[in-house]
Amino acid sequence: MTAKLILSLEGAVIQECLLNKERMTIGRKAHNDVVINNLAVSGEHAAIITIGNDSFLEDLNSTNGLTVNGVSTKKHFLQNNDLVEIGKYKLKYLNEQVSKTSPADFEKTMIMRAPVNNSNTSSGKSGDTGLFQSKTGQMEAPKDSRDSAPSRPVTPAASPVTPPPASRPAQAPAPATHPVAHAAIQILNGPSAGKELNLVKGLTTLGKPGVQVAVLTRRPHGFFITHVEGANFPSVNGQVLGKQPHQLNDHDLIELAGVKMEFYIKD
Amino acid sequence: MRVEDALEMVAQTDSGMVRSHNEDSVGIEAACGLAVLADGMGGYNAGEVASGIAVSVMTTEISLPLKESSPIEQDINSGNELGVALLVDSVLKANDSIYKAAQSQAQYAGMGTTIVSALFYDNRVAVVHVGDSRVYRLRGEVLQTITRDHSLLQEQIDSGMISVENARYSLNKNLVTRAVGIDANVVPEIHLHDVEVGDLYLLCSDGLNDMVEDEDIQSILYAMQGNLELAAEQLIQTANDNGGRDNISVILIKVKHEFAQPRSWWEKLLNYFKK
Repeated sequence: MTAKLILSLEGAVIQECLLNKERMTIGRKAHNDVVINNLAVSGEHAAIITIGNDSFLEDLNSTNGLTVNGVSTKKHFLQNNDLVEIGKYKLKYLNEQVSKTSPADFEKTMIMRAPVNNSNTSSGKSGDTGLFQSKTGQMEAPKDSRDSAPSRPVTPAASPVTPPPASRPAQAPAPATHPVAHAAIQILNGPSAGKELNLVKGLTTLGKPGVQVAVLTRRPHGFFITHVEGANFPSVNGQVLGKQPHQLNDHDLIELAGVKMEFYIKD
Repeated sequence: MRVEDALEMVAQTDSGMVRSHNEDSVGIEAACGLAVLADGMGGYNAGEVASGIAVSVMTTEISLPLKESSPIEQDINSGNELGVALLVDSVLKANDSIYKAAQSQAQYAGMGTTIVSALFYDNRVAVVHVGDSRVYRLRGEVLQTITRDHSLLQEQIDSGMISVENARYSLNKNLVTRAVGIDANVVPEIHLHDVEVGDLYLLCSDGLNDMVEDEDIQSILYAMQGNLELAAEQLIQTANDNGGRDNISVILIKVKHEFAQPRSWWEKLLNYFKK
């Protein structure tokens, strides 16, 4: 799915252009890929460089500049739905790559290769002529899409071929049955009694690395306590834990090396 | 101290939440202080084949000569230390084996793999890599990558086209610019680093670092450095909790003591009696 720009003036769409070239220019003069015939626009106002699925906007030292989402900028890494404004003209950047391909599809590692001469050793091998090779499938870029500049990696205009049905259909990570909100532990005894520790991070350490450590981990389906190292194993509600992670419930009483703590869910 | 007593090594691999099979391969040879991780790519099971060949070639080609010779001896062909020469040569051999297998068997055509390998000797670590599998080092509280990905995204970061902060939004994360086994030749990148006691090294496939932020990797490694098995499990679990879109492999190496290579005859003798 090629990204595109939609040029509009005061709400009326003037032109839609596909970003199918590595470099496209926007300006007042006729040789630009996107011509905006307005005196507020410089002869060559801006350029969009597209590499693979990413596009970058660059101001070509224009007289009146440009803004992206209301912020004036010289250079910008375009994201889906960005709004570029040049004078009264608006250019909407659309890149539906994310939604049009399944996550499994675009995460596949592919090999990128410099253009291969026809005289290369792999003649006749279909799998070797492709510029990209995906982890479960191979794809070939049409020969005419190759750039002649050897120093620049070339990207094919075609989108990745659907992988063979070897992989399971993409499934979302196990959804949390009860999305955990906020939780905290409060220290009940000792010098820091009363102190509250919010469990905001993915992992909270209790104790000192190298000596005595237990960790509280936040997972999609709840909070867990795990003994990491040290002679003392933590206990929960009087029950000493083993080496396995233990899921915590609201108002559990944790004891570690003499320190008592209460775990509770703050909604 | 001998390298196998000075280091603690743990390797784990998981197919993740989405992929039906695991194309990563890992290998450790505690006796010579070697860790190898490969992330394969190619149709059907060719990815596993490529990464499997890479790990077995690397481990045998390095561990066998080191039974006879010391890694600090000079290699006659290259003039480098034997440790460095072995790492580079074994990547070239792996490349050759995979490339030839791909040429001779139609179902393996075009398969390839990344390789990252670390060889610990003489209070140093030699790291060789091709592709986007990484080595991180936790020293004190600071986590750093000590390899640079051979990827389009890294090239864009280097050329100033995209900032490190913006890189995480890039849709080009999955494009590698070098891989083992796809061409008759490959250029491995190799570096030597000094090792300090207490360092923790992490070798991983992109299934980890694409799913888990460096900051979270740091906090897991720092908190769990006393229990490597658990740390490895936690890294994989976090990647899976975040979606687990790719295979996830991790190798952890903790430096517990110094491991200077015995140089003089009496040091060697002393070492002999220590066994």
